[in-house]
Amino acid sequence: MNKTVMDAFEALRGLEDNMTLMLGGFGLCGIPEKAIQAMHNLGVKGLTCISNNAGVDDFGLGILLERHQIKKMISSYVGENAEFERQLLSGELEVELNPQGTLAERCRAGGAGIPAFFVPAGYGTEIAEGKEIRKFNGKMFLLETALTADFAIVKAWKGDTAGNLIYRHTANNFNNMMAMAGKITIAEVEELVPAGELDPNCIHTPGIFVQRVFQGEKYEKRIEFATTSD
Amino acid sequence: MSLDKNEIAKRIAKELKDGYYVNLGIGIPTLVANFIPKVIEVVLQSENGLLGIGPFPIKKELDADLINAGKQTVTYVKGAAFFDSATSFAMIRGGHIDLTVLGAFQVNERGDIASWKIPGKMIKGMGGAMDLVASAKNIIVAMTHTDRKGKSKLLKECNLPLTGVSCVKRIVTDIAVVDITPAGFKLIERAPGVSVEEIVEKTEAPIIVNGDIPQMQL
Repeated sequence: MNKTVMDAFEALRGLEDNMTLMLGGFGLCGIPEKAIQAMHNLGVKGLTCISNNAGVDDFGLGILLERHQIKKMISSYVGENAEFERQLLSGELEVELNPQGTLAERCRAGGAGIPAFFVPAGYGTEIAEGKEIRKFNGKMFLLETALTADFAIVKAWKGDTAGNLIYRHTANNFNNMMAMAGKITIAEVEELVPAGELDPNCIHTPGIFVQRVFQGEKYEKRIEFATTSD
Repeated sequence: MSLDKNEIAKRIAKELKDGYYVNLGIGIPTLVANFIPKVIEVVLQSENGLLGIGPFPIKKELDADLINAGKQTVTYVKGAAFFDSATSFAMIRGGHIDLTVLGAFQVNERGDIASWKIPGKMIKGMGGAMDLVASAKNIIVAMTHTDRKGKSKLLKECNLPLTGVSCVKRIVTDIAVVDITPAGFKLIERAPGVSVEEIVEKTEAPIIVNGDIPQMQL
């Protein structure tokens, strides 16, 4: 089964205004930078973006924010982005903040066919408002619901034509479970190889979850905070 | 003399025990890694998907694919493992992390913590802090005893949005080590040269002082 497409534009075929997207990455690490750039060029609007962060002002999701292409963000941490903070405080942008582990599990549950689940994170805080609360083994838990998306867009280190994916170091983060939760999942990879060349023992995301895969050219892979010991 | 950031981190490092898996938050908690005694083995977890954080890299080894939860470039130690965010929070939520150290704006006498939002001024998000405080077996807060205006951060009630309730066990500040007990705050140690009276005065909530309070050993 060959899932290969030419580039980000072909991968995004069918993307329309007002759709819900999942985008992998933590900070700028492991973000699908080619698909984000293509969406910027396409000018799609009214997007709901499920992503742990919102990029920085001129890279990652920040470039879609800057063109007002995003209507709503579902994230856990949105610091380090001045334009984001401005749109949030002025009310131009709707934001739903989730505890990070809850966000990760909501994506995993969405892909795994689990409609809702209980977690302790957020009990006793404003996150719990309006949510069902139940006690298990003497501890309080909140009912959280699963997330799915019209498109899940992930970034992997290596992929094959069957859609199997391998991530590198901490660039896995949200990519692995978001890949499971898209009606259509797009994977952009640094190196695309024929099926059979990746060791099946080392696959992180099995190809069944991925509908379209392409190899991006010249990854910038920007570093947000370059901290060194020398 | 009140402690500086590094000295607070140094005092917290004494709480680490051999064999611990530890999650260190952003800011002062990150500095704790610099003071782990060489005689014990501690594994540092980063919630973005790394077990076994190493020191910051040298310039030529900078790697965009290798960061900590503060989005700083790091390295990994021998025996490290990488994983996705759902697995990472399974470690946290499942109670596999022995100790969490994080910063805070405020802590109250029942161990409630506020650390993620100042309404109208700053919203950065909770990141992994709500998950961590809801599930870690032991939570230590690293913060200054008072804010920039001199107001106490150890309160009867937090007035900022909460991150979690009844979870903080110990607070290490620039002037004191304070435990949260069923009866409220209890003074455990004082910073070198800082009087008990000064600590009591800078703590808004009542604080239990039993007998002589030892100075911190740094």
